[in-house]
Amino acid sequence: MTEIFVAKAGDITDGDRRIVRTPKGEIGVFNHKGAFHAYANNCVHSGGPACEGILVNKVVDIIAEDRTYQGQTFSDVMHFVCPWHGYEFDIETGVCAGNPKLKIKKFETVVRGGDLYLVA
Amino acid sequence: MDATNNEVRSLRFDSYDSGEHLKNAAKQARARNYQDFLIVDVDAHHYESEHYRDVFGYIDSPVLRRNALESFSRGGRANFLGGQVGYQDISGRITRHWLRKNEKTPADKHRDITTTLRWMDAMGVDYACLFPTPMLFLGTHPQPEIESALAQAYNRWLCERILQEEKRIISMLYLPFNDPEAAYQTVKEFGGRKGVVGFMVTAPRYKPVHDNAYMKTYRLIEEMGLPISFHAAYSWGDQALQLTNRFIGVHALGFMWFNMVHMTNWVVNGLPERFPKLKVMWIESGLTWAYSLMQRLDHSYMMRTSDCPSLKRKPSEYMQEMFYSSQPMEVPDDPSILEATFKMIKAETQLVWSSDYPHWDFDLPGVIYDLPFLKEQSKRNILGGNAARLFNLPPQPVKTIPDFD
Repeated sequence: MTEIFVAKAGDITDGDRRIVRTPKGEIGVFNHKGAFHAYANNCVHSGGPACEGILVNKVVDIIAEDRTYQGQTFSDVMHFVCPWHGYEFDIETGVCAGNPKLKIKKFETVVRGGDLYLVA
Repeated sequence: MDATNNEVRSLRFDSYDSGEHLKNAAKQARARNYQDFLIVDVDAHHYESEHYRDVFGYIDSPVLRRNALESFSRGGRANFLGGQVGYQDISGRITRHWLRKNEKTPADKHRDITTTLRWMDAMGVDYACLFPTPMLFLGTHPQPEIESALAQAYNRWLCERILQEEKRIISMLYLPFNDPEAAYQTVKEFGGRKGVVGFMVTAPRYKPVHDNAYMKTYRLIEEMGLPISFHAAYSWGDQALQLTNRFIGVHALGFMWFNMVHMTNWVVNGLPERFPKLKVMWIESGLTWAYSLMQRLDHSYMMRTSDCPSLKRKPSEYMQEMFYSSQPMEVPDDPSILEATFKMIKAETQLVWSSDYPHWDFDLPGVIYDLPFLKEQSKRNILGGNAARLFNLPPQPVKTIPDFD
């Protein structure tokens, strides 16, 4: 395992990200609500740059007590979206929104002395 | 643990390159040695609407030409060509749809040639059959003369500005099918032009393919030895499809529905017997529809031969002689199901790979190349060999797969 310096932790603010080229391929490092999450920049679907798409909250149907449909809204769960085809992944877990059996490869991050490292 | 520096980059949403967007595809292409064999994409697209000002200049009628140009100059309200309700880019999630305006291209070559070649090389494609995008919906326009005028203008523009200039880009030209005589004249005018490898009918429309008015057109295409293709699309204006309330519904059904209707009419009216050498291709409906329709028509045919007395064989036997583009290829978890579909349509000779790039549900060559049940030669047939024979293309690969590392 190798620690790879990414950036000063303070330079990657909430909602920001970096793409890191490593011997194990490109890895995307996100700051979401102050926590860092790192994933392979390689979609489980067809290999797209999954970490290079937009961030968007998970969409949910609003179903009332009587089971009637009352529209849609965004949940608090944040997704990153593969820009090739739109596969969505939970930014905190890497689990694919369309199939929980699919998970994008996750990497550990370490903050030490104000520096952010990726463990890959 | 070691501490090392590696290249770190920020993400930019203000620049775009059609090749770099597919840098991961280029890696796949090199890893699979696509440079060693021919890959033909039988269904790719550009956005002709970005060049409407030029295209409209080719409209013959001075009145329609002025109407089109005037309509184009003012956005934001009902326009000359009509539109289609939908959100293909998944509300901005497919970033290339809105980033591509930032792409820089050299001034000495048509922008669509540059951007098309960039993604073709990255994907490993040697030849791409280019189709329009908004015009896929033109078959439901209430004014046949507008479909005819735009089809003629677009075909002339495409031949002069794109096909004449770049041999790796080919096309099956748009047939203005709502005016049978205009369709016939289109084949006569463009049949021998450089890069024209067939003719294409957009599927969403309400003219039956077995109408006698089309027979001379089919005959002419057959005599030319070219294929006729039916390119699927949806229409949310269709009464049955209006029952769907989400784009996923109208798209999944619409792209099968119109081709299922046209295929059924094509077969039960005996057109394969009337035009035995006419090559027929069905585009962008995936594969499962054909698998299903073959079985349904065969089952009914055995009881109702009197409904289709021109047929000398079961419907599926005619359908197995037609060509099918692969995208959007359904990929069931159990590969044996897909293998059965391939067997049903005689994929080794009748299936032709397509990307549909740059649309939202595009496929890479890997959807075929990575299949566990295909032999290497079968993969190469489906990815390029079958299409090369169909379009009479040279068999040697001509692409240069870029290395973005």
